Parts: sequence; C-alpha cells; structure tokens
Amino acid sequence: MHELGIIVQITKSLAEIAETNKLTEIGSVTLEIGEVSGIIPSYFEDCWQYYRRKNELIRNAELIIEIKPGVTFCEDCRKIYETVKYGKECPFCENENTFLVEGNECIIKQIEAR
Amino acid sequence: MFKVYEVKENVFANNEREANKLRKELKERKLFLLNLMSSPGSGKTTTLVKTLEELKDKLNMGVMEADIDGIVDAKTIAELGVKTIQVHTGGMCHLDADMTRQALTEMGTEDLDLVILENVGNLVCPAEFDTGAVKNVMILSIPEGDDKPLKYPLMFEVSDVVLINKIDVLPYFDFNIEQCSKEIHKLNPKAKIFPISSKTGEGIQNWIDWLVAAVHDWQQ
Repeated sequence: MHELGIIVQITKSLAEIAETNKLTEIGSVTLEIGEVSGIIPSYFEDCWQYYRRKNELIRNAELIIEIKPGVTFCEDCRKIYETVKYGKECPFCENENTFLVEGNECIIKQIEAR
Repeated sequence: MFKVYEVKENVFANNEREANKLRKELKERKLFLLNLMSSPGSGKTTTLVKTLEELKDKLNMGVMEADIDGIVDAKTIAELGVKTIQVHTGGMCHLDADMTRQALTEMGTEDLDLVILENVGNLVCPAEFDTGAVKNVMILSIPEGDDKPLKYPLMFEVSDVVLINKIDVLPYFDFNIEQCSKEIHKLNPKAKIFPISSKTGEGIQNWIDWLVAAVHDWQQ
C-alpha cells in the first residue's frame, strides 16, 4: 500500500538529479530493495507503470529491481543468519536477542539518462 | 545514447534532509511540532480534542488536519478556538516534510507554541516519511488488538510515545497491555507508553504532563 508513495518520493530525487546533471530523459532506474523492506516488487512495478504516465521525466524509464537478502545478527551467539527463513529467533541458539543487519533498504542505485 | 549515473542514495534521504532542516528551523522559532499517527478509528480526533481542552489555557496551539476527508474534524477543533488548517496530501497516503512545511507557512505560526499534525490514518506510510516533527506520537486502541507492534514494527520504532487508547473497553477485549508494552519496548526501548481513555479521561493527565514537559524542553 505504500509503494506509490515511495515512487513519488523517488521521482522527487530523480528530478533533483536531472536538474543537477541537466538531464531530460531517463531510460532506466535501478533500485536495490531489501527483502524485508515491506516493498512488494509486483505492486511496485504496477505503481511504476501507473505513475510514469503522469511524470514526464520517467515516462520511458524501465524499472530494474535488485533484491537484497535480509540478514540478521544474533547478539548472544554472534552469528548471522537469513532473516526471511528464521525471523526474529536465532536458529543457532534460539534466543531473540537479534537485530537486522541488512535487507530493509530501498536505494536508488543508478540511472541511465540523457 | 543513455549514460549511466551512479546514485546510491536511500529513497528517503532527500525527505530526511528536508525534515532535519525543518526541525532546525522549528527549534529557532521555539515551535513544537507533534506528529500524531494511528489507524482510522483509533480515537485520534477524540484524543486530540481532549488534549486541546486540557492545554488551551496553557499553550497557544494550532492543528493541521491531514485526513483525506477532514471537514468534520477541522470543524470540531475550530469550535475550541484553536487555529486549524486542512492539509492537502494530493490523494497520497502520508505527509512528507515538504508538505508539512508548506502547511505551516500557510497556517502562520508566529504566535504558536505547539502545532499538532493529525497525520493520515494509516500505520504504514506515515512511519516511513519523516515530517520534520519534534516528536512522533501514535495511538493504538484496545479494539485493534495487541498484535499491532508485530504487524507494523516500523510505526512503533519511530514513535516516541504510544498512547494505548480506549482502556475503558478493556474488559470486553483480549488485549494484554503488559505483553503489548513488552513488544513495543523490544522494537523501541525508549518509547513512552501511556494507557488512556479519551472518553472517560482516565490516564490523560500522564500524557498531558509529558507533552507540557516536552514543549518546555524544546523551547529552552
């Protein structure tokens, strides 16, 4: 449900980048999206198709999504593990004294533009 | 020919820059901006009205209403003699720092100590976008259930205060305040939790005391 809001935010950043670099057309936007960022790629793609018709700068821009896996660190046994597979509880020591290291991000990695 | 430009920037980074800039300006102006968030039907407007009633002789206040259809809310609050403005989100599910700044400018805040921003009723998007507020407060009401911190963790991570509202109906629901508080503190150890009933007034004083102290701290 928050995908469209994020796309609007992305286009604000892109407008700034376009202005700084004197760009008028963006050919592609590559995003790094964390597995546990709460962003659903298929919804994101739908929102992108909808919003690019309303925004001149990204009208012809292809969206490329790269998924970053979620990684959690356990403070008790000092090991890392896959977040999506095991969640909050450490699979090694079964404690919940854990925190997310990566996998929550939404980053504009690069754009192709002219 | 297209050329590749490396960006490597968090999507929320430019909003966060705007928000930090706004907070700095608010500090200079000694104006406390409170961002109030919750799901629809949590008693946000009732809590707001109760808060305004308690504080109207102590602080000069303004309210920004970001509800998509907020005429009723704005009217209720204007009747209390508090300055109000309707914020237009353009159909969006949240307010960002830029929209907040525009609304503050439009409202005019020279003589105000406290502005409360009633954000869009939603537990997802408002948590992602820093409005530039000094403190974030969210309301979780008893009928919504005590599992909300598990389902909407980011909202609880970014909230400085959680008001657990509608405690007058606690006997009718399986809501475990103690367990819920534990889950909230797991996500955000510094969160202040105040169980309240905006209807009966129970617990409201604790929340008002916190708010008055926070405003005074900010103004020093």
